[in-house]
Amino acid sequence: MDVLVDRKTAPSIKLPVDFTIELPVARQHTLSNGVEVYTLDMGTEDVLMLNIVFFAGNAFENKKAVAAATNYLLKNGTSKRSAFDISEQIDYYGAHLNRNCYSETAELTLHCLGKHLDHLLPVIGEIISDSVFPADEVEIYKQNASQRLKVNLAKSEFVANRLIDAHVYGEQHPYGKYNNLEDYAALQREDLLPFYKEHYQQGECVIFVSGKLPYTLISLLDKYIGSLPLRPRNKARVLQWPLQPAAEKKTEIINDPDGVQAAIRVARHFPNRHHPDFQKVMVLNTVFGGFFGSRLMANIREDKGYTYGIHSYLLNYIGDSGWMISTEAGRDVSKATLKEIYHEMQRLRNKPVTEEELMMTRNFMLGSILGDLDGPFHVIGRWKNLVLNNLDEGYFYRGIHIIKTVTAKELQELANKYLQEEAFYELTVI
Amino acid sequence: MIQFEKFTLPNGLRVIIHEDHSTPMAVVNVLYDVGAKDEDPNRTGFAHLFEHLMFGGSIHIPDFETPLQMAGGENNAYTTNDLTNYYIQLPAENLETGLWLESDRMLSLAFSEKSLEVQRKVVMEEFKEHYINKPYGDVWFKMREMAYKVHPYRWQTIGKELSHIEHAQLSDVKNFFFKHYNPVNAILVIGGHVHTSTVMQQVEKWFGDIPAGTKYNRSIPAEPPQQEERRMEVRANVPLDALYKCWHMDNRLHHGYYVADLITEVLGGGGSSRLYQALVKEKQLFSNIECYHFGSVDSGLLTIEGKLVKGVKMEDAEKAVNDELEKLKQEGISEKELEKTKNRTEATLAFEDMSVMTRANNLAFYELLGDAALFNQDREKYFSVTRDDILNYSRKIFDVKNSNTLCYFAENGSLN
Repeated sequence: MDVLVDRKTAPSIKLPVDFTIELPVARQHTLSNGVEVYTLDMGTEDVLMLNIVFFAGNAFENKKAVAAATNYLLKNGTSKRSAFDISEQIDYYGAHLNRNCYSETAELTLHCLGKHLDHLLPVIGEIISDSVFPADEVEIYKQNASQRLKVNLAKSEFVANRLIDAHVYGEQHPYGKYNNLEDYAALQREDLLPFYKEHYQQGECVIFVSGKLPYTLISLLDKYIGSLPLRPRNKARVLQWPLQPAAEKKTEIINDPDGVQAAIRVARHFPNRHHPDFQKVMVLNTVFGGFFGSRLMANIREDKGYTYGIHSYLLNYIGDSGWMISTEAGRDVSKATLKEIYHEMQRLRNKPVTEEELMMTRNFMLGSILGDLDGPFHVIGRWKNLVLNNLDEGYFYRGIHIIKTVTAKELQELANKYLQEEAFYELTVI
Repeated sequence: MIQFEKFTLPNGLRVIIHEDHSTPMAVVNVLYDVGAKDEDPNRTGFAHLFEHLMFGGSIHIPDFETPLQMAGGENNAYTTNDLTNYYIQLPAENLETGLWLESDRMLSLAFSEKSLEVQRKVVMEEFKEHYINKPYGDVWFKMREMAYKVHPYRWQTIGKELSHIEHAQLSDVKNFFFKHYNPVNAILVIGGHVHTSTVMQQVEKWFGDIPAGTKYNRSIPAEPPQQEERRMEVRANVPLDALYKCWHMDNRLHHGYYVADLITEVLGGGGSSRLYQALVKEKQLFSNIECYHFGSVDSGLLTIEGKLVKGVKMEDAEKAVNDELEKLKQEGISEKELEKTKNRTEATLAFEDMSVMTRANNLAFYELLGDAALFNQDREKYFSVTRDDILNYSRKIFDVKNSNTLCYFAENGSLN
């Protein structure tokens, strides 16, 4: 053995808790119509991401599936261009235009090379101001969305994901409701038009742009988006809806009698980011099931081999949050998996985490944030989170401070406050 | 243009260093020249199972994860039919922790019985999650066996069957390690906020004394050209009928690979692509349709797959796909379509290059293909493809004798 290299001793390291972490600053602009734009000029490749966030999620629909359908069909025809013409223009410049509909917000996201932006923004402006939702496009959407849903309903994890939200928040709650085949069947073009007018054409929005930005960016945005009758985001609006959780805490569903795995979801309601416990619980969650070295992974995957992966996380909503544990485990060990999940909650309640485990968690979290901050799309994602939740960069720095200083005793207290088995809804879908 | 330095240690380890001072992070990427194609047909899935065991402790370091997490690092790995790749990202100040961890597990594993026992189960659950408990999850087991008769691409990375994983023994693990996991069969890439001269010294310190091992020279039989149309029908409890078609295409280093890649763009890239526009939008025969390939090192498969709209007959759907291919073979593509595919490729390459991790991954991959410098030639190779290339290549590969068709029928589907 070569005596020169001591392989048993770890090389000395600079602990991430000793790092100073800085959030690159986003610049704020206001377009002529009052719409806010946050920009982050960062990176060396000529790429950018334009993310337009509307308050047009399913919370704002009066009939199911309308928000999702409107969002999906935004780019399927304007009075000047067919769906094909729009796609052709986007594709020709090597860009990607994605739509996403969530509970509170719905988005349009453009990824493109900066040099092509001036060819693409006119199309974006047109989509926001002049989509016509052609009847045949609506019919194709209904048919294909139903088919997609049929395939998804054959997957236990899909069924579990939608039901657990319904159990925690209630089926009428924006986070808990979900679309069935009959909802797609009942959709009509006439449902989409007023929703589009209110929530897109004249809707509230906020814009995030990141990457290597052309110097003409703001004037281009003002020309094609600032001239539209959009409204700035209403910061005073409260996005909260009454909870109507399920009566039964524990549910088991057989979706596929031949299923070899069980999709397990264990979840509870949790307050939003403004609650003083939120950021501390982010640390507790990391210890519990937030990374590869977490308690749930170490026990249920790395010791017992019950699953390929198990994770816990806080749900990314604005008005309320939730705390979720999610795994696909062998059918024969699904009960044993649940037992271990509760056992890990109990351990966190009964005994403080060791200083070593806490230090590892702090360093892991900080290293991960540091790694995240080197890419423009991740950094603007953090800004977007702050802005949409009515928070400022002080929240980011408080989070860093909490990761560095939260104590084992505080985490134990939080475990006793929140990680109580009785507070969780349990769902097993086979 | 990606800048890098390359050198080889006396033990044969190839080392590539790529500086990028726009990030505070460093990445350590270790690629081993072994994939599922190197497996014994009766013990498939082993390369991937082995990847899991690389996290079960090495000869001097019982726990891989804790010291890495303490240093603020994250890591993961993947196995394909061609290769196994491990990567770490951590603050650049702590680069040496990554080198320490990777060099120790290249030197030797701890070979723990417990780790094997647990990871066998974990991988079996991974198998179930992705291939058994999913509608259409068995397609690629069947399709690969139909398309490949000789080449080991005939099984998937996860393996042919659960029992192969269940029966893996610790002696298999040891043999596999000493055959494949040594400097002469590995490529190390260090990237990010690092300085080449310092890194060279650190790499020599940690990797220099690892015994070279024996170069593994694979002798994989080439898949003979397919001479007859192959078809298969499957009936299963799925909601919709689905159609899968594959054609053999050229290997990763061949000009044909780049042509095939652009053909997948013409047929399936974006909302204006030919198959989507004609078959989903205009004729409404499919509710979705995709065209892609696997980026394989050896000759791969160009694939079209789609789910049929309820009520559409399989033969009508297939005929419509064939008509589109026939049109391509007769008329080729327009100049504008060619420009579009190239613009799309240019953007894809630029987005990939944003992350130092992806760049390090790619440098290792191209070095595996023969030379890391090939990375910088990709763009040019795509841009050299002509309309005639597309026309000729589509005539060559979209030959019925080169085709493999799997018709997946929903049981009782006709009743709905």
